[in-house]
Amino acid sequence: MSEKIHVHTTINDTEVDFLAESRQSLLEIIRDTLGMTGTKEGCNDGNCGACTVNIDGRIVDSCCVLAVEAEGKNILTIEGVASPEGLHPLQQAFLEEAALQCGICTPGFIVAAKSLLEREPNADEARIRHWLAGNLCRCTGYDKIVRAVLKAGEVMNQGDGAGRATTAAGAGPTDQRDVYND
Amino acid sequence: MQEFEYVAPANLEDAIRLMAEKGPRAKALAGGTDILIQLRGGRFQIDRLVDIKKIPELNELSFSEANGLTVGAAVECYRVYEDQTVQKLYPGLFDSASLIGGIQIQGRATVGGNLCNAAPSGDNIPSLIVQEAVAIVAGPNGRRNISVEDFCAGPGRNVLQEGELLVAIHIPTPKPNFGAHFLRFIPRNEMDIAIANSAVSVLLDDSKQHIVSARIAIGSVAPTPVFAREASALLTGKEANEASIEEAAEATKAAASPINDMRGTIDQRIHLVGVLTKRALRTAISRAREG
Ligand SMILES: Cc1cc2nc3c(=O)[nH]c(=O)nc-3n(C[C@H](O)[C@H](O)[C@H](O)COP(=O)(O)OP(=O)(O)OC[C@H]3O[C@@H](n4cnc5c(N)ncnc54)[C@H](O)[C@@H]3O)c2cc1C
Repeated sequence: MSEKIHVHTTINDTEVDFLAESRQSLLEIIRDTLGMTGTKEGCNDGNCGACTVNIDGRIVDSCCVLAVEAEGKNILTIEGVASPEGLHPLQQAFLEEAALQCGICTPGFIVAAKSLLEREPNADEARIRHWLAGNLCRCTGYDKIVRAVLKAGEVMNQGDGAGRATTAAGAGPTDQRDVYND
Repeated sequence: MQEFEYVAPANLEDAIRLMAEKGPRAKALAGGTDILIQLRGGRFQIDRLVDIKKIPELNELSFSEANGLTVGAAVECYRVYEDQTVQKLYPGLFDSASLIGGIQIQGRATVGGNLCNAAPSGDNIPSLIVQEAVAIVAGPNGRRNISVEDFCAGPGRNVLQEGELLVAIHIPTPKPNFGAHFLRFIPRNEMDIAIANSAVSVLLDDSKQHIVSARIAIGSVAPTPVFAREASALLTGKEANEASIEEAAEATKAAASPINDMRGTIDQRIHLVGVLTKRALRTAISRAREG
């Protein structure tokens, strides 16, 4: 029964084919078969959020998704967050705010926070803490992470609309157009 | 994780056949946030997992004045709480669906899976009970309807027979002057299993001073979520005031038969369920008054 199933999916805008046993999680395939090790395994039971990926516009824990369920889906992993032009504002803000120590939780936080800021670039602290409740960090505590997300939100509000960190926070154009809501 | 066959039928007939063929060795897969973890933990052995998410009928979320709300078995929590009709007419379900897990879990977890998993702590179940929800079930012998309060049979057990699938949950349209609320107690602010929970609904008369009828359901305090029938009936015809609320909350405690475990003690759970019911009743009444 360990017959493998052919799965066709899109990961980070690239079409991907892989073979998976039905019992394998999407997390296993992403890391072990496709070699994209940015997505981390923490608890493997949906509590820690280190394996967060975005599927068809919704964040999920990839440990709680079967790889065969990825057929025909559009998936974003941490590897798809930066662009050739540079880091995503969230990645930049995590660096500037020192919002990580060991780094295991970071990809999950960034993928999760990105989906929040794309919906609600003006998300306040309470909203950010609520949205990130499914992501655990055991090193820094959450204050720096929340600060980084707030900062990235400001940058994204002022950016060029492509989600790139065109300027450091505060130095961007004063035009407050809400680039993600138009 | 153990090996099993994965199938994703595109219609209900095939799904029922695929389930029935394997009897107890087949299980349905909705969002997987319970079953995949249980399989990984070796809680049971199966031969086949039947993914129900490709069946169009099971993805339906719709409302009509005449028929009420239909929540297909594959509809995730986020679709439920983002729905404007749910926000307006099904406030108890809105409350519970929006606090299950975190955002990642809500992106996958279905209300139907929460019900079928039949955990004593399943947060949507009391909310469904107080809004008089009915489970629409289909199996090899056709369709049947089961009131949600009769759906759970024990911790992790429901009344579905071999080959049967939950198709949808149906909730009638509430009458005017209706209000509902759901509350739970967890040690953390988010992402935890309830030590106790309580859902209530009230229907007020036109003066909005008297309770025409009320329903109270509690969870994590018995082998299954419980419809507190006697406590609910006490509120019929009563004035919608603190004295009535106190009396009903006290009576609700009598419907609890909790256990001691690492999450909480019997005394704590009974105390909590009284407090939660009281608070939920206050909010449900004010929601009913606001219309
Ligand atoms: C980190 C984390 C946090 C959680 N937090 C909460 C919480 O706060 N509150 C809470 O109540 N729960 C919580 N849960 C449990 C779980 O997410 C919910 O119970 C969820 O609603 C289950 O839905 P699902 O779609 O994922 O079900 P699945 O796991 O797909 O299925 C659950 C069970 O129902 C059966 N089933 C599913 N669909 C059908 C169908 N159509 N017909 C027949 N049987 C069916 C399956 O075979 C299985 O036995 C949490 C889980 C995790 C991992």
